[in-house]
Amino acid sequence: MGGGVVIEFDGVGHSYGDRTVLSDVDLSLPQRRVAFIGANGSGKSTLARMINGLVQPTSGRVLVDGLDATRDGRAVRRRVGFVFTNPDSQIVMPTAGEDVAFSLRRTGLRAKERARRAAEVLDEYGLGGYADHPAHQLSGGQKQLLALCSMLVLEPSVLVCDEPTTLLDLRNTRRFVELLGRLSQQVVLVTHDLDLLGDFDRVIVIDRGRVVADDEPEPAVRFYAKLAAE
Amino acid sequence: MSPLGWYEPGSSPLHRLAAGWKFLALLALAAAVFAVRSPWWLGGICAAVVFGYALARLPPRRCRQIALSLGGLVLFVFVLQWWLLGPDAAVLACLRIVAALGAANLFTLTTRVDDLVSTVERVTRSARLGLLVGLTLRAVTALSVVAVEVREAAKARGVERSAVAFAVPFLIRTLRHADELGEALAARGIGDEP
Repeated sequence: MGGGVVIEFDGVGHSYGDRTVLSDVDLSLPQRRVAFIGANGSGKSTLARMINGLVQPTSGRVLVDGLDATRDGRAVRRRVGFVFTNPDSQIVMPTAGEDVAFSLRRTGLRAKERARRAAEVLDEYGLGGYADHPAHQLSGGQKQLLALCSMLVLEPSVLVCDEPTTLLDLRNTRRFVELLGRLSQQVVLVTHDLDLLGDFDRVIVIDRGRVVADDEPEPAVRFYAKLAAE
Repeated sequence: MSPLGWYEPGSSPLHRLAAGWKFLALLALAAAVFAVRSPWWLGGICAAVVFGYALARLPPRRCRQIALSLGGLVLFVFVLQWWLLGPDAAVLACLRIVAALGAANLFTLTTRVDDLVSTVERVTRSARLGLLVGLTLRAVTALSVVAVEVREAAKARGVERSAVAFAVPFLIRTLRHADELGEALAARGIGDEP
């Protein structure tokens, strides 16, 4: 049920060639709702991608549940789901039901059982009846929901979301964040929608590759606003 | 904008036929279409394909859509072939196009990609090949959307006739799409199995 998973960044640094993106990040995240905020290019997306080993730190290490995200990437990715900004690049199958079932391909379930599970999950998150619908004809909000379903069907204990609401309108954004709030999973959210962080346990501000604030939502957002005004 | 025929849910005999047999039939038909030189035989194959559409009980809207785009292509090829090779060759080429493309569309309209992918995986015993088939089909949609958007952007800037204004952003967006897709697949655990 999500609780109990701890994400740890231990002296993490990252650089592309001689451009340093992250340096000296030390964090331990046991909370159920954590957000990263920061300017474009501050390194927060890179930090989020390290949690499931999509990007590997050039120094230090990232641990999920005590497992090294680089060395035990496979085991870590089984625990960590990831939702990206653009659902169009995450949806790999032509219809919504097939896309969710695609996630279950390696579970050894039979095709019928996979389709049934997929329909169940779609139903649970408000996409019931769309199983045979062409995925690319869904609305932006529905596509992002589909991307979420395709992750949740694997029952991860952590869900990392990299700016999942950037392409959504206000209503869909609110709905998506509300839904995140109800999940049993531990959630790490990277976002620019600052007014949605009210219910979060912890907000971390990243600036130029470093953690510059680590607090409750209100003071952290205030700090970030001041930083942006400089 | 969307390709001709994505899956159209249904319960006709053609929908229920196993993906593997349908695919073999499609290959056999395509081979026959290019081996046969008699316009009467080709006409017969075309009629069989049209009968297949009736058998699949597809919505008239989809059939009209396919007939329109296929009709445009056939008209263009017919005129070109007549001019270059004469009327006999033109009729032959057009019958071949109608039979082959009509059958291919009928296949995608009545077959779930997931079923096709599973069949390829089972027959070749390779999960990679199955995934390759699925992603190839998906890439057709993804790239046609990118092409439309890039063309719109070029038009907005008044450079719709420039090849560079199309090719450069199209290439960049395609590469970025490939990057993002790769990340998304990795996040879903694809490639983690030995």
